[in-house]
Amino acid sequence: MDTREKDIENLKDYKYGFTTDIENIKAPKGLNENVIKFISNIKKEPKWMLDFRLKAFERFKLLKEPDWQKPKYPKIDYQDLYYYSAPKSMKDKPKSLEELDPKLLETYNKLGIPLQEQARLNGIAVDAVFDSVSVATTFKGELTKHGIIFCSMSEAIQKHPNLVKKYLGTVIPTTDHFFATLNSAVFTDGSFVYIPEGVKCPMELSTYFRINASETGQFERTLIIADKGSYVSYLEGCTAPMRDENQLHAANVELIALDDAEIKYSTVQNWYPGDENGKGGIYNFVTKRGLCKGKNSKISWTQVETGSAITWKYPSCILKGDNSIGEFYSIAITNNHQKADTGTKMIHLGKNTKSKIISKGISAGFSDMTYRGLVDINSKAKNSSNYTQCDSLLMGNKCGAHTVPYIKNKNFDSNVAHEATTSKISEEQLHYCQQRGLNPEEAVGLIVNGFCKEVLQQLPMEFAVEAQKLVGISLEGSVG
Amino acid sequence: MKEQLKIDFNKIQEVSNFSNRDIKIKKSYLNKFIENGFPNRKQENWKFLDINQIISNNISDLSFYNDYSIENKIDPSIFIDDLEHNKIIFINGRVEKIDLSYEDKKQIEIIEDSYTIDMSENNNSLIDLNIALSNKHFKILIKKGYSLKKPLIIYHLSNEKMKSKNINLRLDFELEQNSSLKLIDFFSDYSEKNFMNIFYNFNLDRDAILKNYKIDKSLNKNLKYSFNNIDQKQNSISETFVFSAGSDYFKNEINCNLKGEYSSAFINGIFSLDDNKQHEIRTTINHLVENTKSYQLIKSVLGKNTKSAYQGRIYVDSKAQKTDGYQLSKAILLDETSEFNAKPELEIYADDVKCSHGSASGSLDDNSIFYLMSRGLNYKQAKGLLINGFLLDVIEKITDAEIKDLLKKMIGLKK
Repeated sequence: MDTREKDIENLKDYKYGFTTDIENIKAPKGLNENVIKFISNIKKEPKWMLDFRLKAFERFKLLKEPDWQKPKYPKIDYQDLYYYSAPKSMKDKPKSLEELDPKLLETYNKLGIPLQEQARLNGIAVDAVFDSVSVATTFKGELTKHGIIFCSMSEAIQKHPNLVKKYLGTVIPTTDHFFATLNSAVFTDGSFVYIPEGVKCPMELSTYFRINASETGQFERTLIIADKGSYVSYLEGCTAPMRDENQLHAANVELIALDDAEIKYSTVQNWYPGDENGKGGIYNFVTKRGLCKGKNSKISWTQVETGSAITWKYPSCILKGDNSIGEFYSIAITNNHQKADTGTKMIHLGKNTKSKIISKGISAGFSDMTYRGLVDINSKAKNSSNYTQCDSLLMGNKCGAHTVPYIKNKNFDSNVAHEATTSKISEEQLHYCQQRGLNPEEAVGLIVNGFCKEVLQQLPMEFAVEAQKLVGISLEGSVG
Repeated sequence: MKEQLKIDFNKIQEVSNFSNRDIKIKKSYLNKFIENGFPNRKQENWKFLDINQIISNNISDLSFYNDYSIENKIDPSIFIDDLEHNKIIFINGRVEKIDLSYEDKKQIEIIEDSYTIDMSENNNSLIDLNIALSNKHFKILIKKGYSLKKPLIIYHLSNEKMKSKNINLRLDFELEQNSSLKLIDFFSDYSEKNFMNIFYNFNLDRDAILKNYKIDKSLNKNLKYSFNNIDQKQNSISETFVFSAGSDYFKNEINCNLKGEYSSAFINGIFSLDDNKQHEIRTTINHLVENTKSYQLIKSVLGKNTKSAYQGRIYVDSKAQKTDGYQLSKAILLDETSEFNAKPELEIYADDVKCSHGSASGSLDDNSIFYLMSRGLNYKQAKGLLINGFLLDVIEKITDAEIKDLLKKMIGLKK
């Protein structure tokens, strides 16, 4: 057996496995119409929602799991999964911080996450004074004043069925690829955001402030609609390491920007990457797609991907409206045995559309990193332009960095430019930093942060600081 | 198509005199081809231009039978006059003449070879087809320390007998230590709607130098596929230049294995397309040991209803530290119906490397046109000047002065 096969073999022993047993309400094991009906029923969904799920499931039965990606993983038995289980009750959760993995606490401290925050992240009940729930409630009042809807998907299906019905599945249809279709059939919860016409959302929206946000399950579904002339900045995830009990994550995220609207979507993903030997870790197979539906609309994706055993996602923009803009800024860091195959798709359909891709990949240890992207300029997309830059940094000769861009230009009025470089941290830079008194790890952290600067700048202020620290921490143990 | 293939295959065997061993090998490749058929867009390498579809759209009645026993007349008017050269003349896939009159006969050996190299690992069904149906092929061996005095031009000609036919031909080249060869492939067709499938295999020993120029200039309605496999030992250099313009469809594949330290590969190409032409260059450079280099520059000028594709892959093995790998592709789209596709791919497993790729496509710069017109040129002249300047960049990369001049004259950059 070669080492890769061995790795895959080891992954099977992941202690959380695919079959989490929780004593609460759960759907029977396996994937069939009854399970989907069960999920729909328990969430008291209207009939149209159930039909949506069933239609997706019909399609799902015809699809084959894709295998063109670079990171290979052991075959997942989709009949051996639980597709619904109610959130854990308080008594299953750790009672205090002492019960947590000391390694996790160490990382929290390095990131500078406050104590009560640490507790909340792990679902420990905290003092009422510090309870962020109360903070969230204050925010909620402010949002309601502006007419902004920010709630869970399940709540939106009940309270705002017209909006959900109108937009859900318009960007990622039920007839999409394998994992997206699976999600359409069995999604459990997620966020729903609606920004009314002309409203500029007064704060950064974050899953963090949403009550009951922590247990959205492995099939998350998010829908963000920015109506005419509105603006929203949405944050997903957080820099703190997240332990999760589901190994497979197949979320769908749909963004819709109408005329003159702008959506900024930032992700920091730091899920469990498995141990130093590549054992365990989360599979992050997410479908994220934004539609610039209206004129002059803009969608901007920013992602910092440091966690997960396998990250496999391509946040995309469909630039349908004239003069619309799509942006993609990404930092992906893989260490130890992590694998990432990530990038973006920019589909130019409207006139004068513009897109920009900045991707920074860093691989260390035994990891493998692939940038895969598509820039497709349709023949009707007159006078549009794209600029792509993807740089990779390699640390050691046991890891790999790959770049696979697809460029299709069908319009003679349009300009497409693509640049990519691959290099390593130069000895001179390291030497210089060490000479000034930094230890090798700090030096690498500093240089890598410089390498990523263009992307880190795009993150909201409070996020950026933490993300910078995260970049350094993710590479620990890769030098010296 | 399957039945046709089997019938034509048997017919070829009847008129040729292959050994039993050869027939057995050919048959196994034929079966492999029948199983897989022509490649189509489902295969990653054929994503941009689907040859299966192109063949069925252009040649509805493709046949594979080729009588290699019939001699063809050579028309000397197509020979290149401006350059003294050696010749190998292929007509309809049959070697009609080998003329090495400028060279020392003792230093070059021409061997009627059979299937010494193992291509069983390939998953390219066009190579299978080539091996199954090609005539006896030659191996040209250039002995240690010998450099050919004059370039060798291989003329690929086809006449009216070849309508709707598939032509397969193959040549092997062995360059011994410190030898050198300048090779020009020149295409000229008097027939329509045929599909030519060429397979060259080069073996470069230490310090050997290979320069291969492929010139597809005369306009024709044929489809062509060419595959160059180049294996390089220590210190060897290969330079490949492709001028891709004349045929309706032309795909050039270049596969370079840099197996010796300090070996280097250069690939430069021009697409100059008009009028429904679809061309592609696909390169794979495998950097397998330390201190190897590769450079690629591909430029396209695309007119009405044309499509060009460039797929360049640089692979750097984990042993291949200190690799330099550069790729650049640029395209000018002249018409709203033209299309440019690129897939510049890097696959890197070593950290001490310098690799980069760039790709840019767009229309002619309006400001430059305005500037030239303000100096008294008309629009057509200004456009011509800019395009010539754009392409000249690639021509200038040619290291052989004589051949560079020849090409400039052919393209009209020099009188």
